[in-house]
Amino acid sequence: MSAVDLEPAGGRAPELAPALAIADLRHRYGDRVALDGVGLTLGAGELAILLGPNGAGKTTLFSLITRLYDRQSGAISVFGSDLRQDPTTALSNIGVVFQQRTLDLDLTVLQNLRYAAALHGLARGEARARITAEIERAGLAGKANEKVRRLSGGETRRVEIARAMLHHPALLLCDEATVGLDIPGRQAILDRVRALSAEDGVAVLWATHLIDEVRPADRVILLHRGRILADGPADEIAREADVASMGEAFTKLTRAAGA
Amino acid sequence: MKAARYRRCLQGVIWREAMRFAQQRERFFAALVRPLIWLFIFAAGFRSVLGVSIIPPYNTYITYEVYVLPGLVGMIQLFNGMQSSLSMVYDREMGSMRVLLVSPLPRWYLLICKLMAGVFVSLMQVYAFLAIAYAFEIDVPPVGYIAVAPALLLTGMMLGAIGLLLSSLIRQLENFAGVMNFVIFPMFFASSALYPLWRLKEANDTLYQIASINPFTHAVELIRFALYGAFDPGAAAAVLAFLVLFLGAAIIAYDPARGLTGRLGGGPV
Repeated sequence: MSAVDLEPAGGRAPELAPALAIADLRHRYGDRVALDGVGLTLGAGELAILLGPNGAGKTTLFSLITRLYDRQSGAISVFGSDLRQDPTTALSNIGVVFQQRTLDLDLTVLQNLRYAAALHGLARGEARARITAEIERAGLAGKANEKVRRLSGGETRRVEIARAMLHHPALLLCDEATVGLDIPGRQAILDRVRALSAEDGVAVLWATHLIDEVRPADRVILLHRGRILADGPADEIAREADVASMGEAFTKLTRAAGA
Repeated sequence: MKAARYRRCLQGVIWREAMRFAQQRERFFAALVRPLIWLFIFAAGFRSVLGVSIIPPYNTYITYEVYVLPGLVGMIQLFNGMQSSLSMVYDREMGSMRVLLVSPLPRWYLLICKLMAGVFVSLMQVYAFLAIAYAFEIDVPPVGYIAVAPALLLTGMMLGAIGLLLSSLIRQLENFAGVMNFVIFPMFFASSALYPLWRLKEANDTLYQIASINPFTHAVELIRFALYGAFDPGAAAAVLAFLVLFLGAAIIAYDPARGLTGRLGGGPV
């Protein structure tokens, strides 16, 4: 019996397997190489920052992990489930916040979350309880019946995180989730996601091009032109690059690889 | 357990479509105005020009309004199928299609859910249209209002599947105008919706041949017979075959492993 049969949507998968394991992933759009031999492993409950300039291949990588596109070569598994062999189990363990806003603007917060719960097959009573809990966690209890169109950018992002967590995934993917937000809004989203990793044990892959979102102890995976240039704690990457900060390391390494 | 998941997903997709539909009342009225204009202006004008002799499923001479009624029901479903396709292209551009496609149930099932949701909306429109026609004494036998429901499900799915396939091929919303010109109008006019096939044959044999293989002709005939409590097995088989063909092609087009997705840097997501 698969993990999906045991629990209708999401649910923690075996702790032994890494949350995400990617090996030698390659992808092309016609002649253009988007990903060139990407490999990484993310442990259960671990948070990693996927740092790269625009066009580095972050969104393509996320599209392959969520099976919006099928990989052309390489391997992807989520908690030990191969994405191609068993997409149902793999996808039920993933929550996604896309770069693009994906909520239905003409529906309310509640209605958007109800729809997401249905897509994951949650029973009505369970869905109601989880929706209430996630709305409260997002600090949006007073806005549950508000149309998404009327929410601020930061509130919209919080709803998207609530939606991504509704089926209790053990791996959360956030693709440029703070783009377009002001500094307090960005901070609130980051704090929320860091808490999910530290307190709830959710593995997080956070894609961004904003260096100021990186803390010195954070694991950084530096992606540039479809290749991983560095993978490790931010302060170590800076030390190895012989510079003072991650920002300088980013500039130095991407220039060396051809900016 | 698994069956319950699938059922909840289907209910959720239909519920969302119904919610969106309720928010867009103008869409409901716009969908009704089009066939009503055809019924009360076009058909009334042509009443004296076109007489329709006794052909199955009719037992007597009928007025042109009565003849054209099933074609206009088909028109509602045709436009609705294309509207669903438009909304899928819109959803793709707005990103909400991604939410559907990254949910864990198989993609073919998610697409069928989307299709069923569109059919559900078209059923409401069709029955509203039939109610208005009834109020103006353009009616069918009472049994027809019930017998037509399964026919409408089948034809709605088939026309929706055409829309689904088109939505996988259309890159941008702006290209949708082409669908109107190259798909909807040719399908509608080269069919038995406005004139019986035997009349078409007398006028132009090539057009008759085209109309005979037009999926919309078979959809209209299935609806026409069902509205009179009769069953047209040929039309039903053709509609079913076209449904399998178009739905199969749409599923392949949206399949991440086999479709255009990801290869061209665009595609159905």
